[in-house]
Amino acid sequence: MQSVFETGRTWRRSPVLIKDWRWRWGIYLFSLVYLVLAISTVEVNWTRVYEGLDRGWRFLQGFLVPDFTSRWRDISTGLVESLTMTLTSTVVGVLISIPIGIGAARNLAPVPIYLACRAIVAVSRSLQEVIIAILFVAMFGFGPFAGFLTLTFATVGFISKLLAEDIEEIDEGQADAIRATGASWLQLVNYAVQPQVMPRLIGLSLYRLDINFRESAVIGIVGAGGIGATLNTAIDRYEYDSAGAILLIIIAIVMVAEYSSGFVRKWVQ
Amino acid sequence: MPVLRTVQPTWRKRTTTAHLVLWGGWLALAALFAWCWREMTKNTIWAFVWDAPEQAADLGARMFPPRWSYMERLWWPLWDTLNIATLGTILGILIAVPIAFCAARNTTPSVYFVRPVALFVIVASRSINSLIWALLLVAIIGPGLLAGIVAIGLRSIGFVAKLLYEAIEEIDHGQVEAITATGATSAQIIDYAIVPQVLPAFFGISVFRWDINIRESTILGLVGAGGIGLQLQASLSTLAWPQVTLIFVVILATVVVSEWVSAKVRGAIT
Amino acid sequence: MLTVENLTKIYKTGDRALKDVSFTVQAGQVVGLIGPSGAGKSTLIRCVNRLVEPTSGKIRLDDRELTRLSGAALRSARRRIGMIFQEFALVERLTVMENVLSGRLGYVPFWRSFTRRFPQTDIDMAFALLERVGLSDQADKRADALSGGQRQRVGIARALEQDPELLLVDEPTASLDPKTSRQIMRLIGEICAERNLPAIINIHDVVLAQAFTARIIGLRAGEVVFDGEPDQLTDKVLTTIYGEEDWNAMRRGAEEDSRDNQEAAERMAGLV
Repeated sequence: MQSVFETGRTWRRSPVLIKDWRWRWGIYLFSLVYLVLAISTVEVNWTRVYEGLDRGWRFLQGFLVPDFTSRWRDISTGLVESLTMTLTSTVVGVLISIPIGIGAARNLAPVPIYLACRAIVAVSRSLQEVIIAILFVAMFGFGPFAGFLTLTFATVGFISKLLAEDIEEIDEGQADAIRATGASWLQLVNYAVQPQVMPRLIGLSLYRLDINFRESAVIGIVGAGGIGATLNTAIDRYEYDSAGAILLIIIAIVMVAEYSSGFVRKWVQ
Repeated sequence: MPVLRTVQPTWRKRTTTAHLVLWGGWLALAALFAWCWREMTKNTIWAFVWDAPEQAADLGARMFPPRWSYMERLWWPLWDTLNIATLGTILGILIAVPIAFCAARNTTPSVYFVRPVALFVIVASRSINSLIWALLLVAIIGPGLLAGIVAIGLRSIGFVAKLLYEAIEEIDHGQVEAITATGATSAQIIDYAIVPQVLPAFFGISVFRWDINIRESTILGLVGAGGIGLQLQASLSTLAWPQVTLIFVVILATVVVSEWVSAKVRGAIT
Repeated sequence: MLTVENLTKIYKTGDRALKDVSFTVQAGQVVGLIGPSGAGKSTLIRCVNRLVEPTSGKIRLDDRELTRLSGAALRSARRRIGMIFQEFALVERLTVMENVLSGRLGYVPFWRSFTRRFPQTDIDMAFALLERVGLSDQADKRADALSGGQRQRVGIARALEQDPELLLVDEPTASLDPKTSRQIMRLIGEICAERNLPAIINIHDVVLAQAFTARIIGLRAGEVVFDGEPDQLTDKVLTTIYGEEDWNAMRRGAEEDSRDNQEAAERMAGLV
């Protein structure tokens, strides 16, 4: 009965992404050559890796049976440093971000201010935390104060950019309505812009709080204080059970932060 | 004629209690901030801080001009950095895809066992920065590119899996139902009804993560995990600031280029 | 021949979507299933191919009991039951041809479907069906590039590609304009006549149901309240089915949708 349908037409799926076969095969070939080259440059010292398996196993054990007690003084100091650094840098960063964010919004700021603020944002965003931390440690000495400055700097780039984008996306109708009442520029910001972007700003700040905590664990490695320094020491001393404990604490705090910030964001809106 | 007088209501934006709660909240935040500030700066040596502008000026003087001739020693580490990011991203994606399917509510084999495990893997991977993964891996398997690749891979798992499983949970269920109704097996349902719907999101996420990984792989060398960060570490420890400046410039350029590539590719996909 | 006996469906929320529904559909008979939204029409046809699990009762297609099947047996039963959906439910990002060929998924092994190397007979059939529904030159277009009417034609072709013994049609015209609706209903009617194919068509539009089906079953609150020829459908009967005021029914309809979604999520959890 199927022969009734005989049409003799064959069918092949047409390529999903790249229509031209030359381009397609060119890209496949290029990817293959790249992969072969890239993998061949990875020199693996297999005996070292094999020796490492034992250490890896001990680390996994440390992760499963963490030791919170024997280094608790170091851990708690690092943790307090990280947490205080996180909170202060987020608060200060957000406070600085508000004027810069407004300045970087095309619909509110005059051109020279707009360009200046955008430049600040660009610089802050393209330098990553660890590099800034290196510089700040060199200038301000070791310890959480350099970390605080680093995180503040990074927060400014992050919040200002997103805040500016939010302000640029506000409902212009509302802004025009307030302008039509003869409001001043400050009144305009207060009545038309602030109500529209406030919930987002709070959400972003909480999100950044979360990021800052995670970053505070990293910049300690280059001397900017916090739990990262403690972790670095623990790993240097091959104390994997303490390292496991520190990592578990970081994971737990991030989980709590994520869960509660989701809750707060729902409550704000 | 009697004048009708009603009580003039005074208008306030919020009720008194709401007002109090709001102010209380801000006050608490301010107090918390003050306490944190004191706690954080307990051991700060303020002399160093006040000294900072001078230090900065001194540092600036030592950093400029960059030592351009050092560039010829940076090409190879730069190539390594690119490889760490790319191979690490591929590794991360390979592990992240099955985890995402286990974590998505509508495709997980078991809501009560497999899903929580997958979610924990995602959170664990996301909470720990690639530099920390690298620190651990260098201690375990020794310094080198491999540690960097695995570190980038481990960090990418959580990122890719989280965004991917959210995309899987948002698919149009009607298409899945239609394919199920044809008598397809589970594997065929994934292939025909789910994969086509999440494929654009998948490519977008992967390229996005690759871009972030380029950025992160530039510093992995600080802990010995290969790439241009090794040169940075070496230059820092010998206080060769003109080289440090050049490395910063190279890192900045790499980041800008990778961001541009990623934006182009993502634009082309969607 | 499809036989439904004492079919009952109670959702986890305790709602009785279907109460003791019984009827038979003879070969080649096109049945219109009408009733207010929330009456259980959608649940009823989804019980037949087990996209919804019935609570009790029996469904037999020819001699095969469908309610007890699972795994491979369920899949091989499903592949002989074509289904056409309200929102077309095409896989938007696949081509028209892939959508039609997905009707063969129950017949081919995974590697064939994965590499898109379907047997030539399947491909011939797909081209013939596309020609039948008037889309022979659209095979390599992506499904989301088509208009509503064209998409529903692809949906019909996909169902027929399964070489079905029964067609389940869920509100085929709900997303279409009146003219296209009539064309689609006419096409379904013609195809069923050509192939002597029985069909159950869920349809809220009574006029369309009367025009294009040979028999009508009226459902109200999960119970069969009418079963007869289209011209027996008097105003009095319609009042029995839809009620004088059916605001409550509409509200239940919304509830049923959310319940269906919940069910869908649970089913998906079991699929993979």
